[in-house]
Amino acid sequence: MLGALGIDSVDVLFEDIPAAMRARDLDLPDALTELELAARLSELASRNRVDLDSFLGAGVYHHYIPAAVDQIVSRGEFYTAYTPYQPEISQGTLQTIYEYQSLIAELTGLPVVSASHYDGAAATAEAALMAVRATGRERILASRAIHRQYLDVTRTYLGDATLRLDELPTGPDGVTDLAALETALLSDAGPVAGVILGQPNAFGVLESMTDAAGLAHRAGALFIAVIEPISLAVLSTPGEYGADICAGEGQPLGIAPQYGGPYLGILATTEALMRQIPGRLVGETRDLDGRRAFVMTLRAREQDIRREKAASNICTNQALCALAATTYLATIGPHGLRDVAALGAARARELERALEAVGAPRIHAGSYLNEFCVRVPHAQQVHQALLDRGILAGLPLARWYPDDAQLSDGLLVCATETTTLGQIERFAATLREVMA
Amino acid sequence: MTIDAPPAATARGAGPALQPTLAELSRPGRGGGKVPHPPSDALDGIPTELRRASPLGLPELNEPAVIRHFVNLSQLNYSVDAGFYPLGSCTMKFNPKVNEWAARLHGFTQLHPLSPDQLAQGTLELMFDLQSELAEIGGMTAVSLQPAAGAQGELTGILMIRAYHQARGDDDRRDVIVPDSSHGTNPATASMAGARTVTVRSAPDGGVDLEVLRRALGPTTAAVMLTNPSTLGLFERRIEALLEAVHQAGALAYMDGANMNAVLGRFRPGDAGFDVMHLNLHKTFSTPHGGGGPGAGPVACADRLAAYLPGPLVVRDEAGYRLERPGERPTAIGRVRAYQGNVGVLVRAYAYLRAHGAAGLREVSEDAVLAANYLRARIGEGYQLPFGGPCKHEFVASASALRRDTGVRTLDVAKRLIDHGFHPPTIYFPLIVDECLLIEPTETESVDTLDAFAEAMLAIAREAYEDPDRVKAAPSSAPVRRLDEASAARQPRLRWSSAR
Amino acid sequence: MDVPDDLHYTPDHEWLRRAGDEGTIGITAYAADELGDVVFVELPKTGGRLESGSVFGTIESVKTASDLYAPVTGEVTAVNDALSSTPELVNSDPYGEGWMIRVRLDDGSAVDALEDAAAYRTRIGG
Repeated sequence: MLGALGIDSVDVLFEDIPAAMRARDLDLPDALTELELAARLSELASRNRVDLDSFLGAGVYHHYIPAAVDQIVSRGEFYTAYTPYQPEISQGTLQTIYEYQSLIAELTGLPVVSASHYDGAAATAEAALMAVRATGRERILASRAIHRQYLDVTRTYLGDATLRLDELPTGPDGVTDLAALETALLSDAGPVAGVILGQPNAFGVLESMTDAAGLAHRAGALFIAVIEPISLAVLSTPGEYGADICAGEGQPLGIAPQYGGPYLGILATTEALMRQIPGRLVGETRDLDGRRAFVMTLRAREQDIRREKAASNICTNQALCALAATTYLATIGPHGLRDVAALGAARARELERALEAVGAPRIHAGSYLNEFCVRVPHAQQVHQALLDRGILAGLPLARWYPDDAQLSDGLLVCATETTTLGQIERFAATLREVMA
Repeated sequence: MTIDAPPAATARGAGPALQPTLAELSRPGRGGGKVPHPPSDALDGIPTELRRASPLGLPELNEPAVIRHFVNLSQLNYSVDAGFYPLGSCTMKFNPKVNEWAARLHGFTQLHPLSPDQLAQGTLELMFDLQSELAEIGGMTAVSLQPAAGAQGELTGILMIRAYHQARGDDDRRDVIVPDSSHGTNPATASMAGARTVTVRSAPDGGVDLEVLRRALGPTTAAVMLTNPSTLGLFERRIEALLEAVHQAGALAYMDGANMNAVLGRFRPGDAGFDVMHLNLHKTFSTPHGGGGPGAGPVACADRLAAYLPGPLVVRDEAGYRLERPGERPTAIGRVRAYQGNVGVLVRAYAYLRAHGAAGLREVSEDAVLAANYLRARIGEGYQLPFGGPCKHEFVASASALRRDTGVRTLDVAKRLIDHGFHPPTIYFPLIVDECLLIEPTETESVDTLDAFAEAMLAIAREAYEDPDRVKAAPSSAPVRRLDEASAARQPRLRWSSAR
Repeated sequence: MDVPDDLHYTPDHEWLRRAGDEGTIGITAYAADELGDVVFVELPKTGGRLESGSVFGTIESVKTASDLYAPVTGEVTAVNDALSSTPELVNSDPYGEGWMIRVRLDDGSAVDALEDAAAYRTRIGG
């Protein structure tokens, strides 16, 4: 190729870099052969401890992932393709996104679903910005019982000085204080664009979403639900309780925990807000010969066309994770999904009984699905002692809620369909031993 | 010459037919056997009014039907694993398979993001090393691995710049300057961060016009966002003067690092004076694009911005590696992700870095730039090259003469390439070039592939003069012909109708 | 490209047809052609106020989106609801069924500041 270009060194092609700016040699570790690389990576992976009995959830859950899911997302035709800008040779990706949108619409009861966002927290932040755009108002009310990190990310995204996020308190029963919501909606701090509650909330407790949605709507605000998708097999849907937007973490749908990602930000809304939703959308259409086909649509909302007036700057999303969720839902089916949700609830009930029996009762009275808070004296030390005995006893709440006396001795624990009765017994017995 | 059939060497073979949807394949009672049934009283603790009232209308399929469905769908896709994908600004290079293997190791995949640090030492070490190595490549001080994509990296960087100005009491700096050739994410990012976008016109040589920039800079300028090499595939020759002007005006310089794959080991943005940048691991560091994502867009910054990086960073102390604790670095702009970032993608990028080392990375850029210049020369035989060479990793060509002479547009050329067995380049971007084609071959393609692609492009140009209607009717060999995008947008159908 | 003689034009390719103290507003055939297949038009509500030169709506095609600029100052008295279900009327009949809004002019003489057909034809190179 050098010969064809009539040059004798590739350096000629880099002469446009000003001499003063040319880099010195990079100081990086030496290259490894594939054999050496595989050994290095195996060694790093093996240094992670993933063999404990884990009761840790808090927004990310260990579920069984059917073998079919990894087989499908490992296909090069899917994972080495780009965004489907050329629909004639991207029908595979396009149809799976359409199917993803359809499946999530069915789960959430909201008809318009974006092709994916970065994670549940980013989707929540986008939902808040969407409410600001749709209402022309600048204030968001968010329950303190949505995941701490979701509040943090939403606050970062709302960073603009003119936008403001106020937290709503929770009562001793662990649910959002709706009287406080009513007061906040009427306060002179400015009209509210959106109200955000989680279901189940960050403490695992179930909220009165219908009532909260009603209060938000009476004040002209949008209601935003932060959901966990598997729970929607058995819990009332955002569509049923009148949410305008729902955001959530799609990780439970066939995606491994991976220390934080890649995950799947679910974002869905009503027909009325269709043009406000950020992120890609795929729609059905026909080709010149009348064959059904799929294509990215409503593109004028997006950054490459709308530039500074786009609904969001999102470009690269989490498409392959949406494919994992689509494959998961297709494989597990409606009965399987209900079984996953209900079996997790049953195991959690067993866990509650076992922990209560050894002196670790629930903190909140409200009903829950598969996750709840228990009171354990000296929770952080107990958590560490259990860790040393091979048990990951959920999340010590003091780290996230340092100023809350009710939670300072709290552990947030969860069970899923993968939790065995043996693990629960061992957790309870070891806890008794440690506390004694 | 007219093409009756795509040349055998590059043909993708007969793909399968279009597929029914999962809903159409559903048959009541199919599937099951994946998880045990729960006891009948499992949900007794849930009050009726909190339970789902509507039936759960998900499709019911058995596993063979699911697998066939998705395998057949996969074969309707074009992919890097199947062929040449010269999509400019996207860097569709080969994705090494050992990286995929590594990312799927049990120890990496099963680690919960809220695990205590002592359980996560393997991944934390990997992330710590990756932070250091990316900082070295960028000539920067510190790196956050949190951002999920380039666009989120941009938002992170602009929020950091705002925090920097505010900390100095410089509250009026709310303008972000971008060139008209920039990625759409740059102005969209500025708006999302609550800033005002000021767009500056490019100079005739494709670079930033220094005088225009100087006039745009002022006491309200927060940042200038530059892509270097630019979206035209050109190194910004006036970079020294540009950065000097930016800093003299009290503004900071953001580098969109989407094109770092052209200058690895040759140019470090931090050395040049950029204050903050993002790196697209899914471009430069070979992590797969996944049909649109996930990627990763780590942010690297110079000393003066390090305090504002989103937390938690990975740090090392006597006890080993750990995440920063909540509140440990109060100047941080906050989180941009729920957890530590797209860690599965970071594993792949780390593997890529370790497989290459310093010399290997430099070679990556050399080969990418050489391939682009070679292909540029060949494409120039039949298309316009609006800017002088040499180019970096990609180049702009134009079909403007073809359109004038034959009515065949860039879109038609792109669609006809599909019949030749190639993925089309990026088209109509950057917006400032008429009938634009942005072509990026990458370093992982052989000269044979580049020649075959050039021959196809030139054949299409000839065909445009001989039989323009045939080009305009392309593609004819893809699973579908051109789509009615207007109807799709006028009456959006975004899901199948519910089973209810 | 069709540029009717009896209309007034803006440099941003809107047209205005005056009838007494009211004006009907749309976009020109040239603009519709440049946009391509129009897929969505967002318009203000009846009763709303317009300021000359301000954005009164947006128009989207498959490949682009543009703001619509008010040629005059006044109050919106009617909106073409047909465009919500059949935005393609902007392409097929830009000066007729593709009209967008009707405005009661604050000051009838304001239309004199707009371009006439000859000037607009020169602008678009026709």
